[in-house]
Amino acid sequence: MIVRKGEKVLVQGITGKQGTFWTERMVEYGTHVMGGVNPNKAGSIHCNLPVFASAREAAKEVACDVAVMFIPPMAAKDAAIDAIESGIKKLVILTEHIPAQDVMEIIALARAHGTSILGPNTAGQVTPGECFVGIMPAFNPNIFRQGKVGVVSRSGSLGALICLDLVRAGYGQSAFIGIGGDAIVGTTMREALRELDEDPTTEAILLVGEIGGTAEEDAAEYAAGMNKPVVAFVAGAAAPERKRMGHAGAIVIGNRGTYRSKRAALERAGVHVVDVPSQIGEALPKALAC
Amino acid sequence: MNFEEYPAKQLLASAGIPVPKGLLVTCADAAATAAQELGGKAVVKAQVPTGKRGKAGGIQLVNAPQEARSAATKILGMEIGGYPVKRLLIEEPVQLVREFYAAVMNDPGSKGPVVLFSAEGGMEIEEIFAANPDAIRQYHVDLCRGFNRSAASAMLAGLELGNLEPERLASVLSSLYRVYREKDAELLEINPLGMISTGDLVALDCKFTLDDAAKTRQPELAALGSPESATELERRGRELSLCYIELDGNVGVLANGAGLTMTTMDAIRYYGGSPANFLEIGGEAYTKATAALALVLANRNVKSLVINFCGAFARTDVMAAGVVAAWEELKPTLPVAFSIHGTGEEEAIALVRTRLGYEPYDRMDDAVKAAVEAAQ
Repeated sequence: MIVRKGEKVLVQGITGKQGTFWTERMVEYGTHVMGGVNPNKAGSIHCNLPVFASAREAAKEVACDVAVMFIPPMAAKDAAIDAIESGIKKLVILTEHIPAQDVMEIIALARAHGTSILGPNTAGQVTPGECFVGIMPAFNPNIFRQGKVGVVSRSGSLGALICLDLVRAGYGQSAFIGIGGDAIVGTTMREALRELDEDPTTEAILLVGEIGGTAEEDAAEYAAGMNKPVVAFVAGAAAPERKRMGHAGAIVIGNRGTYRSKRAALERAGVHVVDVPSQIGEALPKALAC
Repeated sequence: MNFEEYPAKQLLASAGIPVPKGLLVTCADAAATAAQELGGKAVVKAQVPTGKRGKAGGIQLVNAPQEARSAATKILGMEIGGYPVKRLLIEEPVQLVREFYAAVMNDPGSKGPVVLFSAEGGMEIEEIFAANPDAIRQYHVDLCRGFNRSAASAMLAGLELGNLEPERLASVLSSLYRVYREKDAELLEINPLGMISTGDLVALDCKFTLDDAAKTRQPELAALGSPESATELERRGRELSLCYIELDGNVGVLANGAGLTMTTMDAIRYYGGSPANFLEIGGEAYTKATAALALVLANRNVKSLVINFCGAFARTDVMAAGVVAAWEELKPTLPVAFSIHGTGEEEAIALVRTRLGYEPYDRMDDAVKAAVEAAQ
């Protein structure tokens, strides 16, 4: 999912502390935020924006393209259903710790309505120079700058570090897509990779993976057939087995989800895998020259 | 959260899936009594939330209560997969004619539940996949439609099942799916699913993993699960709702976000050092920097420290203020290297500089190298 300048955005949970802070940042950056949702504060104005009782109510006033959720985990399913049924076509779910079966229900409903889901447990999406949706420091020029490298990351904080290294190396981003750290996510690494492959403003792609699951192996399958160069970093080489490393999806069980398997699959597909993020500055020009 | 066999089987039994008669015991005397109640012959099974119990000698068939007593004495002293055996399931032996495999689990590929059935059972599903993939059927469930007996029948069509009546199997699979849904399972597996001479099905073993994110809405169930083994410091972390994992190195780590924290550990390893812990204070935990730092320093092996913040949602100024507060309270003397970037970085760097007198490194690699060197 890539959000473009001018797409209309609705913020669910706009009146909370984080909802407020990040709505202000998004508006300052140029994101076209049209309003927010809080059933208890419907009719009021917050951050100079109208607050609606629900996404369905908001849709009667203004048709939004994108919704972003600042909603606690146990209320996330209802909020997502509200957004999807209101006609939203792009839904960004930032919330961490949503029960996986709720996530799968949300995704099934989204599929039936033609809605794309980013997340859950994502830091969001940044299109430098245009807009951002979520909780990334898009406004920090040391980290985000308009450019030609598409970034896909399971992690927000590591994604920010990688973008910092990218800008230091003299590059900028065409788009940053945070896919989220959960095991079940609406947009997989492979799907985000395909979207950047098809995006005309993207010339090279940086994959930021981590141990657990098979997202990197699946993405490698797609990368094998690509013309655009792909560079990757996979976090967790030093992580012990059978321990959940912070993210719900980051766990190695037996020989499943290991660093070794991911690195091998990516390298077989012709992807240059770096040992530490700071090596991106050397790896990208090489990959682009090939 | 993983469960031992006994509470997992109780879930099956309550949904009408037959399980062998069994009793849970915690001492050898009770094992003998239980075997007596079951008619003398019994299976003594170690209760630990991990696989390969049979290979470890944790499952024994006995012919008399005396044998049950000695088997129990032996097994109760064992440690299997890092878990000391504290409970035994004493179960009636069941004569099987055939073994199958059945499971429902979360599938990241299809982003929904998958129901798996194999006409061969008793071994790990990966082994069946490798040996005889044709024996396996998969059904990707559309959660807008669910999974019922007729879906199960459709899934099984054309499969060689011998004397097993497909309706019986369809009923077990739909019940299994119901338990998976009602109990917020990540994985619910029966292996083997046995058929006895009457054609009835019995669940001989059951694996159940509860989604950690669903614990708050399944409190009674979560109380029956097996807490992961944890060190003293890891337990302290848990009480503070911090994700802390103790490792065997000497460079302490405090970072925000799972990915960045793992990357900090990887960099420590890459530059020749060894991380002492994983501890991330991303997400909502970013306000807990004070308690988190105290936890890192409580590990006596820690010789130096990397504090690596790259703020997205987690504001580095808030985290730095927490670190400063902890530092001024605990007054640690070990060397520390900071790397601070992202949301709130200017305030954060100023705070560390003025209050602690440290100059954060501009690059994470340099901070890591400094800490690795200091630890040696």
